[in-house]
Amino acid sequence: MTNTIAEVKKPILSLKDLSIAYDKNYAVKNVSVEIKKNTVTAIMGPSGCGKSTLLRALNRMHELYENISTEGEAFLNGNNIYDMSPIKLRRHMGMVFQRPNPFPTMSIYDNVIAGYKLNGIRTKKKERDEIVERSLRDVALWDEVKDSLFKKGTFLSGGQQQRLCIARALAFSPEVILMDEPTSALDPVATSKVEDLLVKLKENYTIVLVTHNMSQAARISDYSLFMYLGELVEYGKTKNMFTNPIDPRTEEYLTGKFG
Amino acid sequence: MNSDKITKTVLFSVSILILMLAAGMLYSLVGGAIPAFKEFGLKFIFSGEWNPTEGEEKYGALPFIVGTLMTSFGALILCLPLSFSTSLFLGEYFRGTRVARILGLLVDLLAGIPSIVYGLWGFYVLRPALIEIGFGGRGFGIFTAALILAVMIIPYATSLSNEIISMVPNDLKEAAYSLGATRLEVITSVTIPNARSGIVAGYILAFGRALGETMAVTMLIGNTNQIPTSFFGTGNTMASVIANQFGEADGLKLSSLIAIGLLLFLITGIINAAGKLIIKKMN
Amino acid sequence: MKSTFAWKDHTSRRLLKDKAVLVGVVVLSLITISPIVLIISKLVAEGYQQISLDFLIKNTPDTFEAMTAVANGEKIPGGIANGIVGTLLMVTLASAIAIPIGVLTGIYLYENQGKFMANLTRNISDILQGVPSIVLGLISYLWVVKHITNGFSALAGSVSLAIMMLPMIVRSTEETLKMIPQTLKEAALALGVPYHKVILKVLVPTGFSGLSTGILLGISRILGETAPLLLTALGSSIINLDITQPTSAVPLLIWEFYNDPNMIGLIWSSSLLLMAIVLILNIVSKQIAGKRN
Repeated sequence: MTNTIAEVKKPILSLKDLSIAYDKNYAVKNVSVEIKKNTVTAIMGPSGCGKSTLLRALNRMHELYENISTEGEAFLNGNNIYDMSPIKLRRHMGMVFQRPNPFPTMSIYDNVIAGYKLNGIRTKKKERDEIVERSLRDVALWDEVKDSLFKKGTFLSGGQQQRLCIARALAFSPEVILMDEPTSALDPVATSKVEDLLVKLKENYTIVLVTHNMSQAARISDYSLFMYLGELVEYGKTKNMFTNPIDPRTEEYLTGKFG
Repeated sequence: MNSDKITKTVLFSVSILILMLAAGMLYSLVGGAIPAFKEFGLKFIFSGEWNPTEGEEKYGALPFIVGTLMTSFGALILCLPLSFSTSLFLGEYFRGTRVARILGLLVDLLAGIPSIVYGLWGFYVLRPALIEIGFGGRGFGIFTAALILAVMIIPYATSLSNEIISMVPNDLKEAAYSLGATRLEVITSVTIPNARSGIVAGYILAFGRALGETMAVTMLIGNTNQIPTSFFGTGNTMASVIANQFGEADGLKLSSLIAIGLLLFLITGIINAAGKLIIKKMN
Repeated sequence: MKSTFAWKDHTSRRLLKDKAVLVGVVVLSLITISPIVLIISKLVAEGYQQISLDFLIKNTPDTFEAMTAVANGEKIPGGIANGIVGTLLMVTLASAIAIPIGVLTGIYLYENQGKFMANLTRNISDILQGVPSIVLGLISYLWVVKHITNGFSALAGSVSLAIMMLPMIVRSTEETLKMIPQTLKEAALALGVPYHKVILKVLVPTGFSGLSTGILLGISRILGETAPLLLTALGSSIINLDITQPTSAVPLLIWEFYNDPNMIGLIWSSSLLLMAIVLILNIVSKQIAGKRN
């Protein structure tokens, strides 16, 4: 049973009884939640609670794998996510992965604009230049790479590579950015740079962030979902949840009683 | 301790054998070829004449070099669409499924069929089929030989490409999917570029195999000793002329055949070394 | 939703291309495996009737016997016993030469990873693997036929086949040994076992299935080889066990039948037999390899 304190008006993302199973084993069970626009919403919980699985259902990544089945509904701005073409959906939902994964055979410039190239969207060079510069400025990487745009991105540090991947996801100006533990492979300095970035980005985007790091959730998220064994246990404003958790399981997690 | 030393020495000497073997092969081939080169000079490689009549003997390797290159390149081009599709089938589209396992097994079996059996099938089945379709004459020629060669090298090209393609990291592909790419777009923009050198190496090695094939080619190429006039004309390759003309060859003719064998040895050696170098650079 | 849809949306075209290429890939893959299906069915269809006990035991008929039989509408008499024995003889001899040298070299490479000599040997061995079999026939002709047996012989044939097998065995031995955990070797050495005993009693037995896979694959490869034998073993119409004399072999017989209009009837059954043995060996060695993993 979910304990939802927050009432979200005109949610940007709305999930109703979403369940996801791997070969009949349910990894996510009946999750219903509404996510508010222009916020950072953190999904947290111990290993194996289903948080990544839930995240990846939002841009239908599960359809790449045969043994995964999804039930229930999900809506983006009122449009049923599962009713539209996944290709179109993914232009509205960017994704950033745990390990930075810029395309190694493409230059930095081409990486940022990759979404357009892959989708076959014709753009004039001027448009492309603008998109690349805007996205790289948005992730505070422009000054660092503007003179090496046409080199391959492999010389960048881990943190810079991850910001490049965020820029790549931002190039479409998606409504929502899904992030799957984006800083867990980065050192503390890079992590804090990315965290500052996320707080800035929420002005123009909605960010859903899976994290196994409670303090990160406490630092930067506005709302938090706590998941345990596939169920949504509690959802509410982060400040409230951390100081006054409703569910005893939430309290146990936050006080470090389990992973 | 002493027995260990002995063991080490034994092992070392045995492996020297391989080096000696290779050196010995080169030495014998060069030695056997010298009479021909002495008689014709380096022009032997570029001469197109092959005349075994006594008193007027003149031999040259060019017709066979041309024949070899035409059949092998032809085989490479013909096999490309087939083996590339199969690599994608096995390494990307149906990777890990039962269907892929069965198909992979069948492709491997292609490599187990002896060359002479390919030749027989080519002679009795493929050739009449080609004549039916409208090929002139009796169906022999460079094209027919290249066609059967293409089938023979498919397993070599496919297995290496397939391995490399299936090793492209999953998260790169997921990143492309998350940007809204279709499967085809992920393949062309991520999978293939990241598997590029492996794919190329596979085709180089397949080409190397095609160069040296003898029996199937001999049975289908028409066995004429001039430079082939067209892709559908007849000819001979370096390998097939050796097999064909060896019986009762001696003296200058034998030496010329050995010289051709030397050229074949060198060409295949270089191609294979190049393929290996590319694979090494990749890893 | 947002103005992303203001872009020219080719999505349906892209999805169509996606499906079309998938269909193309499947179709071409099926075409790729069709030869093996076609070849095996042709061999079985044409060769099945000729195979009998006689076929395996009797020697090849001469061309007149065959001609009379064909003229009378009868099955060609005789069989390919001389070829079968010749093949067995040469394959056994080739294995006797290649296996010890190949395995020992493989062990040497395993023990000396990264050293210059070992790398050189490995590279030369790999390049040797790419040498066309007809060139190996030439070599064996120059070495054995010319200088050792003064004429075509089973020994010459065996030598050319042995050189073919050698690189395969070297590589599979080294790969097999590399997969054995270091700790096993160290445990044996720590017990004070002399090095050659570690090889014979620990490494080789542990790697046995891998080694046998390599050997079986090598054998299946040389069983079907014709080209080098044309230049070395020549062929014979009777069973011959003297390695200094010319010998027949199944692939050589197939070649002779192909070239003799009277004997054509025998090509399919001989090929069927040859293919069957090669495929069985292939499948058996894959099974052994599979069990290992």
